[in-house]
Amino acid sequence: MTLEPHAAHGAHHAHVSDRALASFVTEVLADPATHESPALRSLRREHVARPTFFIGAGTCGLGAGARDTRDAVRVFLQKSRLEGDVVEVGCIGLCSAEPILDVQLPGRTRLSFGPVRKDEVEEILDAVMWGTVPTDGRLLGQHDQPGLIPWDGIPRLADHPFFAPQTRWVLESCGLSDPDRLDEYLARGGYRALAKALREHTPEALCDMVLEAGLRGRGGGGFPTGKKWAFARATPGTQKYLICNADEGDPGAFMDRAVIEGDPHRLVEGMAIAAYAIGATKAYIYIRAEYPLAIARLRRALHQAEAAGILGDDVLGSGFPLHIAIKQGAGAFVCGEETALIHSVMGRRGMPRPRPPFPVTSGLFDKPTVINNVETLANLPTLVGRGAAAFAAVGTDGSAGTKVFALSGDVARTGLVEVAMGTSVRDIVFAIGGGVPDGKAFKAAQMGGPSGGCIPAQHLDIQVDYASLQEVGAMMGSGGLVVMDEDTCMVDVARFFMDFIQRESCGKCIPCREGTRRMLEILDRITKSRRDETGSDALKRFRRVMYLERLAEVIKETSLCGLGQSAPNPVLSALRWFRDEYEVHVFERRCPAHVCTELLTYTIDAEACKGCGLCAKECPTGAITGERKKPYKIRADKCIGCGNCLTACRLDAVQAA
Amino acid sequence: MVVAHRSSDLDPIVARYPDRRREHLIPVLQEIQERDGYLSRDAMKAVARALELPVSKVYGVATFYNQFRFEPRGKVHCQVCRGTACHVKGSAQVLDTLERAIGVPAGHTTRDGLYSLEVVACMGACGLAPVVTINDEVHALVSPDGAKRLARVAAKKESHRHDA
Repeated sequence: MTLEPHAAHGAHHAHVSDRALASFVTEVLADPATHESPALRSLRREHVARPTFFIGAGTCGLGAGARDTRDAVRVFLQKSRLEGDVVEVGCIGLCSAEPILDVQLPGRTRLSFGPVRKDEVEEILDAVMWGTVPTDGRLLGQHDQPGLIPWDGIPRLADHPFFAPQTRWVLESCGLSDPDRLDEYLARGGYRALAKALREHTPEALCDMVLEAGLRGRGGGGFPTGKKWAFARATPGTQKYLICNADEGDPGAFMDRAVIEGDPHRLVEGMAIAAYAIGATKAYIYIRAEYPLAIARLRRALHQAEAAGILGDDVLGSGFPLHIAIKQGAGAFVCGEETALIHSVMGRRGMPRPRPPFPVTSGLFDKPTVINNVETLANLPTLVGRGAAAFAAVGTDGSAGTKVFALSGDVARTGLVEVAMGTSVRDIVFAIGGGVPDGKAFKAAQMGGPSGGCIPAQHLDIQVDYASLQEVGAMMGSGGLVVMDEDTCMVDVARFFMDFIQRESCGKCIPCREGTRRMLEILDRITKSRRDETGSDALKRFRRVMYLERLAEVIKETSLCGLGQSAPNPVLSALRWFRDEYEVHVFERRCPAHVCTELLTYTIDAEACKGCGLCAKECPTGAITGERKKPYKIRADKCIGCGNCLTACRLDAVQAA
Repeated sequence: MVVAHRSSDLDPIVARYPDRRREHLIPVLQEIQERDGYLSRDAMKAVARALELPVSKVYGVATFYNQFRFEPRGKVHCQVCRGTACHVKGSAQVLDTLERAIGVPAGHTTRDGLYSLEVVACMGACGLAPVVTINDEVHALVSPDGAKRLARVAAKKESHRHDA
């Protein structure tokens, strides 16, 4: 090694010359044996010279207060006159335990704690420094590090119920390494797959390999990636483009953000492999502007890769040129659709166009263009590194490999989960996620966001793969998995998605633009009180409800793009599994989950009410009257059911039924 | 208050895109919004001149995307996430409470320019729902009252900064 690990702090440190970094890259990639060299082992932190503290600093970690925790660690070091390194890593995926603090002492294995708030730092670190590990709820476990002395009686992190059932390929290094450092990525085996692809495979062979491995698009569609590449390869043309779709617009999904924030070089490597396979010399990353941290880390990674000769006019000395540029999205859900995305990159309104021609024959600037999702591309280093057979060995027949899910909602452990295809939804929600908290009952798991559907309790044993999910009316989607408990109203959820879709509809084709609006109106009428209904309004409401399913079918069949074609899915799936809830809303005008506020009757419990008058102050219609220090009353004829009094009351005296 | 935009104000931004191609329209608009906090009419006209596009096209693109604002940003800029996980965890009440506390509906700025309120589709911090950001700082697991408090604290900070 010509470079000491401490000198190789990544290209953003001005004192490392680009040439030194480039030669470091060349040396590491020239010989697989370097993987076990002391310099790389030290970069992988298989041993540390002084105490090292790792803080999960993804967007969710920062939101939970990781910065305060980091500062508290620094204060602790100063106060106790200790020398140590503080490293900000990406997100390991266990959002509910953020902020997560890892400690590694020289010669000992790395310990994980979470959540660690700033005022808990001193207590935990003090104990660890004295050789005892606090074993309360904040201890997550110790990492597996052969050659280091493990802590006695401390469970392995790999045995933690959240991590044990996972197969982490894409998320391999997330939360372990510093995402701002190219040398750490290299030390963990990064860019070896790209070097191998360039050296040992022709582009055609790579397409075949990906097809053989059975990798399918992870953005939701599930189209075989190798086939898409082969189409683009077969289209004649001197200029071809690769676009990475990082416009993760599905509300409830954050896999792409976490992968980019935690391991940006993995995406860069995957893109380089894909670009080489299809013969693209220019690539774009279309990423949401709502992800500022991901954009910053990606920008740094691209800059480092260019400086080190991994990108540029001569990728790793192979003669193949590749330039990658970042294009920021501007907040339009429809831009996840590939033709809309292309229009957006070209500076137009993000509206889809009919296909064919497909982008693989005529896409960006009318040139052949392959659009792949972040997770699809991030799978490539693993796929090429391990070979097609090893990749296909994991997962099911039609769905090879792993899938990352963003687990959120009413579940004990939320976060990012990567499982082998074919794992059951029950395992994800109950084994990994720890089930529904507070003793509530599980109602449904929503998958695939506004294009997907929900999985009811009786189908929890379904496997996650492309075909099985479609059978129950859900879809893989991009991987959002929102768990809902008994307090969730399925009509309200359907209304929520319809509201989202009709706002995000681009307005180009009529079925989607008008149809989704009408569907929202119907759902609105179901969930609103009939106070304002006059004459035959009630009959009209019924007629509309009867049209709901027919309207949904028409939208599905006649819309121009995927957004419209899948827009009615959440409503149809809720109708299929929770028809009784719709019926209670329509016929009995009540909401069993107490969510649709206008359908509730509000009363004040005279015993509990102390007459503070807070509710009357918040009531917009003056329906609440009373004297101070005496129980207040709600006049039913004036009440519009907004629910303000319910949230205003500090004594739980307002009751809704 | 209207900031006058002569095309010379745009020079540093437009100069970075010397070929003046249509594909630079969105990045140019994003940079202007980054600098000014919103897109004024004058700015859009100036962009149209600079990129040799009809103003209608610039306006059409700008209004298509949720990111662009046409009113100045308040000193305290609140964004409420309305993603699925946040919805299930009660973000509708958070938004409702903020709207009432601030006194303007989402998408607007108060007259005094102190607060602006915006809804975003998803910030991708679903594991810690519901989420709001105040002046781009992410706050996780907020209650309706908590969000109100955060906005008030930020406003107090702003006024202190002004006094100092």
